[in-house]
Amino acid sequence: MQHLLSIQDLDRAGIEQLLDLTDRFVEVSQRQIPKVPALRGKNVVWLFYEDSTRTRLSFEQAAKRLSADTMTFSVGSSSVKKGESLRDTVLTIEAMGVDAVVVRHASSGVPWQIARWLEDRVSVVNAGDGWHEHPTQALLDCYTIREHRGSLEGQRIAIVGDVKHSRVARSDVLAFTALGAEVTLVAPPTLLPPNLDGWPVRVSHDLDAVVGDVDVVYLLRMQRERMTEHLVPTLREYTARYGLTMRRAERLRDDALVMHPGPMNRGVEISAEVADLPRSVIIDQVRNGVAVRMAVLYLLLGSGVERVLGPEPAPDAVLALEPEGASR
Amino acid sequence: MPTTVIKGGRVIDASGERVADVVVDEDGRIAAVGEDLSADRTIDAAGCVVAPGFVDLHTHLREPGQEEAETVETGARAAALGGYTCILAMPNTIPAIDHGGIVREVLELGRAAPCDVHTSAAITVGRAGEQLAPLAEMAALGVRFFTDDGAGVADARLMRRALEYAQSIQVGGRGVVLAQHCEDPVLSAGGHMHEGEWSSRLGIPGQPAEAEELMVMRDIALARLTGARVHFQHLSTARSVQMVREAKAAGIPVSCEATTHHVTLTHAECASYDPVFKVNPPLRTDADVAAVRAGLADGTIDCIATDHAPHTQEAKEAPFDQAPPGMLGLETALALMLTELDLPLAEVLALLSWRPAAILGVDDEHGAVAEGRPANVVVIDLEREWTVEPSALASRSRNTPYAGRRLRGKVRHTLLHGEPVVLDEEPQR
Repeated sequence: MQHLLSIQDLDRAGIEQLLDLTDRFVEVSQRQIPKVPALRGKNVVWLFYEDSTRTRLSFEQAAKRLSADTMTFSVGSSSVKKGESLRDTVLTIEAMGVDAVVVRHASSGVPWQIARWLEDRVSVVNAGDGWHEHPTQALLDCYTIREHRGSLEGQRIAIVGDVKHSRVARSDVLAFTALGAEVTLVAPPTLLPPNLDGWPVRVSHDLDAVVGDVDVVYLLRMQRERMTEHLVPTLREYTARYGLTMRRAERLRDDALVMHPGPMNRGVEISAEVADLPRSVIIDQVRNGVAVRMAVLYLLLGSGVERVLGPEPAPDAVLALEPEGASR
Repeated sequence: MPTTVIKGGRVIDASGERVADVVVDEDGRIAAVGEDLSADRTIDAAGCVVAPGFVDLHTHLREPGQEEAETVETGARAAALGGYTCILAMPNTIPAIDHGGIVREVLELGRAAPCDVHTSAAITVGRAGEQLAPLAEMAALGVRFFTDDGAGVADARLMRRALEYAQSIQVGGRGVVLAQHCEDPVLSAGGHMHEGEWSSRLGIPGQPAEAEELMVMRDIALARLTGARVHFQHLSTARSVQMVREAKAAGIPVSCEATTHHVTLTHAECASYDPVFKVNPPLRTDADVAAVRAGLADGTIDCIATDHAPHTQEAKEAPFDQAPPGMLGLETALALMLTELDLPLAEVLALLSWRPAAILGVDDEHGAVAEGRPANVVVIDLEREWTVEPSALASRSRNTPYAGRRLRGKVRHTLLHGEPVVLDEEPQR
């Protein structure tokens, strides 16, 4: 794998291998000194054109635990404000000597453009592009469901809310269905993509009709500006129809999970009490995000990846996951 | 000027086809079309087609205001290489072509160009859609074609008044044409590609086909109301074509054009996220492409226009939703029509030459190879295969969506008023 731009860069086996690798990094993360020298000498740049606290911190933590060096390209204080083009910025950063660029951009497709300009000399990781994709979020979501359920095969998952503007939803649909889950999108028509031809999903406009029959309720963030675009009359009405209130949560199956990519609008798409229920695994998602991103960076930048992922020899024999300094 | 003979070609125009030599006199007019003719200078056309030069009703020349993307000179050179002897500049320059002074400037820039440069002018001041521009003032300088292209005239009442008022204006004894870029700006707002399967998947905000169709529908109604002709620019959807077909059958005075990109590319191209595929109206579905092709085949669509829209490399390297819409067209239009469409040769030439010439009212100068007419002639090698190489284009910009595409058919020579402006594929000025 040269880049991680889309979930479609991975097939089912690829996703499963990545989740298996994530297990190893979860173990690393639980050590007293949760750090390995796997990516020592590798340089990763955060190219975040859009505000992101949690995704950037999660990647940062992942890189540090792998002993990679990191640099942050902060748009607010950079030459972008002086009019530098995206392409010049990328080529400038490349010239400094980097191994991977982790990109977040408000415009769909920017990671593809960057990968084209870099001509595969540097790995590109999509950390969220416009409304399009957020593959590492989908991978950590898969990991979290697998952690609680053992597998996604046959799991009934409702993705609820603003699917239209959601990169999380697009990546999740691809990843969940690739792993055998049945996905239902639940939203008013105004918050769904205008055309769902070819999407392997069911659609419902009625959360109450769906909520009692699913294994996972995945809530999307509802943004205030959607009201000014005439997509919903008021947030209050949205909550009344599509929010996971305590009353609705009581109708969930006993073992159903509640998930959210964060940041939550408590009281809008999810009530505060529901967010704090034991069935809510939102904090697990955040925790797993670090290990998943370690696995992604390791796959892209680590040496001997094929050996790691191949059937033989056993992963433990080749994966250099000794605590830092232990081997010297 | 020495006399010239174009020797040994198949001459094709609206009157038919014959193998003949074409002699051009000292004044740049066609003196004779016949067998075994000679002159001071011979231009070889053996094995080639000799046709009237092409007329493009839709060329963005970017001057004044965006000379880094194109100038009248470079755009006209690209046109000549593409076989055009007449192009019509669009008014969305900076500032807009909306009064006599700028009309004069653009026409002046076009005087030395290797093809006839006509200019359209805006219907409304600044193309802002709020106040009628001085149409008669600009018509007095020779403007025959008015449009706010880049945007449609959204205000139905203003468009009605423009259609009514323009009926009082004539240029050279003929009425002027009001043309529309059909797009309901409220419905299309924020859309960067066709709204559909691909926009939904790619997470790019789309504009629905209905944004175009609503204005086509409205302007057909306004043409009926006023009796004035409306010319629809770059039609791109199946229902737009169908509405025009029905309007024509009902005797409503409408005409329309389609671009080469709307009959050769679909919205699936946007999956690359390369803004070279961003254009307005956007690339549509397979069904729309088929319908526009059918409209070309049955005569619903009167002509091919390029909507040649140069943009600089830096502008087209922006994220898809920030890049400007538009693609080059002048140097690839003929070869695309010959290679990718299944139309008889004479029909292709009609769509590129005499039909648009008639719409613009320049059919006394362009669109025929006949004695006494100005020698605005193109010589085409139908068998010549070539690969589109952006850096080899004469346009100042490089934003062709056809880079690397293998095409068949190329312009070998172009004569403008008898003077060779392209000889053996090389520009002469």
